[in-house]
Amino acid sequence: MTLDQLPIGKSGRIAAVGGQGALRHRLLDMGLTPRTMVTVVKVAPMGDPLELRLRGYLLTLRLEDARNITIEEEAQ
Amino acid sequence: MIFALAGNQNCGKTTLFNQLTGSNQHVGNFPGVTVDKKEGVVRDRRAAKHRFGHRRCPSAPNAEGQQDQAIVVDLPGIYSLSPYTSEEIVTRDFLIQEKPDGIINIIDATNIERNLYLTLQLIELQLPMVIALNMMDEMRSNGSSVDVNQLEKELGVPVVPISAVKNEGIDELIEHALFVAREKRRPERVDFCSGAVHRCIHATAHLIEDHAERIGVPVRFAATKLVEGDSLMSDLLQLNQNEKELLEHSVQEMENELDTDREAALADMRYTFIESVCAETVVKHGESREHLRSERIDHFLTHRYLAIPLFLCAMMLIFWLTFGVIGSFLSDLLSIGIDFVTAAVSAALLAYGINPVVHSLVVDGICAGVGSVLSFLPIIVVLFFFLSILEDTGYMARVAFVMDKLLRKIGLSGRSFVPMLIGFGCSVPAIMATRTLASDRDRKMTILLTPFMSCSAKLPIYAVMTAAFFPKNGAVVMVSLYMMGIIIGVLCGLLMKNTLYQGNPVPFVMELPNYRFPSPKSVGLLIWDKAKDFLTRAFTVIFIATIVIWFLQTFDIRLNVVADSSLSMLADVGRWIAPVLAPLGFTDWRVSTALITGFSAKEAVVSTMAVLTGTNIATLSEALGQMFTPLSAFSFLTFTLLYTPCVAAIAAVRREMNSGAAACWVALAQCGIAWVAAYLVHQIGGLFVR
Repeated sequence: MTLDQLPIGKSGRIAAVGGQGALRHRLLDMGLTPRTMVTVVKVAPMGDPLELRLRGYLLTLRLEDARNITIEEEAQ
Repeated sequence: MIFALAGNQNCGKTTLFNQLTGSNQHVGNFPGVTVDKKEGVVRDRRAAKHRFGHRRCPSAPNAEGQQDQAIVVDLPGIYSLSPYTSEEIVTRDFLIQEKPDGIINIIDATNIERNLYLTLQLIELQLPMVIALNMMDEMRSNGSSVDVNQLEKELGVPVVPISAVKNEGIDELIEHALFVAREKRRPERVDFCSGAVHRCIHATAHLIEDHAERIGVPVRFAATKLVEGDSLMSDLLQLNQNEKELLEHSVQEMENELDTDREAALADMRYTFIESVCAETVVKHGESREHLRSERIDHFLTHRYLAIPLFLCAMMLIFWLTFGVIGSFLSDLLSIGIDFVTAAVSAALLAYGINPVVHSLVVDGICAGVGSVLSFLPIIVVLFFFLSILEDTGYMARVAFVMDKLLRKIGLSGRSFVPMLIGFGCSVPAIMATRTLASDRDRKMTILLTPFMSCSAKLPIYAVMTAAFFPKNGAVVMVSLYMMGIIIGVLCGLLMKNTLYQGNPVPFVMELPNYRFPSPKSVGLLIWDKAKDFLTRAFTVIFIATIVIWFLQTFDIRLNVVADSSLSMLADVGRWIAPVLAPLGFTDWRVSTALITGFSAKEAVVSTMAVLTGTNIATLSEALGQMFTPLSAFSFLTFTLLYTPCVAAIAAVRREMNSGAAACWVALAQCGIAWVAAYLVHQIGGLFVR
């Protein structure tokens, strides 16, 4: 499953970060590294981007970019 | 002594910079980009001198005294030293090439994991360094703690707990910074990795040591970046083919061993180390109050249905206060003051019996010109007061979050929304507000698109023309003009995205910081900064432009003072230009002359037409009736909507793009676009209306 498919309020553990170049590097820099827990907090009013919570802070990410991140859903 | 202040966005870096330097700041640009470079002299710290200053020979005169002047350079807020954004590249170049005497790395204790990620990369630069652990007051009040001594030991860098907002620990931070710089205390460890990554970095360091030392790049930093696949670093080091192959081989070995790629391996290595450090040093007691408060506020401000209405309400309130209540009050006050001074100067000059031309220069040229420019000042001050509050509280990031989808089509992000919106009030502060955008590319594109948002100074033109030609459909005409500006702006945005700014946009991966109360000092300094910046321009570029227009208006081609404004050089210029504008439906030279004066300020268009037609505002519409048909009136409105922004806005473009050529280009391009649009309106409209 990819991060954009994770329902609001649910958490998952990052399995892999795909994509390339600046975007991928940025995702890794911001702490979206494998084995990190991510929670989808909310979706913006127009349906995009996402609001995520990881490593104790909030991050926004567009759906198309979230599609690059593979996750394993975790039961809370 | 030069210190570099580095840290993430939203970690209180600006607040700390203001605490370190007070109002003693100088703002410039890093060479070649529009990234802010703020410098300031570190405030007086007697305690620091007392303890470390001249410890060895207290009586020696100040040989070191000169060095004692410590300057701190505020680097852009970044999350990593990767080679992708101009902010990151600027920071790297500054740290590697300028070799500051010390780095002050500010980190947010409440968000320590992600903040330390940059720290680990800064440590590799092997410059004397001290960590300012900010927001310790928040940590304490939540019952959380950081074991500072342990953190120091793990990182090998002195750590000073501070609260930038409350001005706590700043003196101690300055002491430590001076100490590490003077004693050249470099970070005590650079190795945060183990296993395959460790071996690979070491092999690489060994391989490139000579190259790195030859060009003065820290070996460890260079090695890590090369392993990460950083092409800038590999170009800088000029590795030969053999070395490149060896490097590639060693990196591939690491990738195979870890079953991941180089970028992920290094990010993972850093975060793994950080997690272990945090586990040992940070104790958090549940959710912080600040976070819970932010969640509650966000419940409304980024709410599915409420977010956009609330945002629009907030912006309307700001506009109303800025352009309606406070701004107009201050503007009125200012114009009373200016009128008073002008009258006094005029009377004094007349009493002295001065040459009437000089009198006209001073009164009609200088006083009127400066006065019209100064009338912008209250708007700028008030608008930036609100803007800095939006920015500092963290609301601006939410606006970007909510509005992102709208702007994505033209290759921008939600961050550009607010500056563009301000463009409907006044282009000058709107262009100045692009400073808050995180990327150089977005900033330039936003600056270029802002003039399409019809500014409030054009309203008098619209009002006069609609009253004269479209008395029944005034509102429709007005709305269609605003819409036309937006649509053409969007088209230009699409064009720019596919031509000039084709490069990859900076990814929209943005932090939503906790809401915080803005620091009055930061708000005050920002307003002061913007006001100073504007006034500097007002009395240089804008001042000269108004004098030129006065000159053209007052003299004829033989430099005689004209009695009738229709004989002036400006009128001549208007007559030359008139044929160019003829295809748009308005041939009268008075119209083109009025449009030229609009370059000094858009309000001048109406007043010039009144002067040239020998009417006043009340009787102007009759005179206009003879110069325009309803169709050519609409074509004229289209032209005024789109043609060159006023000189104050052009000066702002020049300042923010850091390029005079870009400013000229904007002025010319806008005129071209305006001509084409007005031509189309006139020709297509002509098919339906006669």
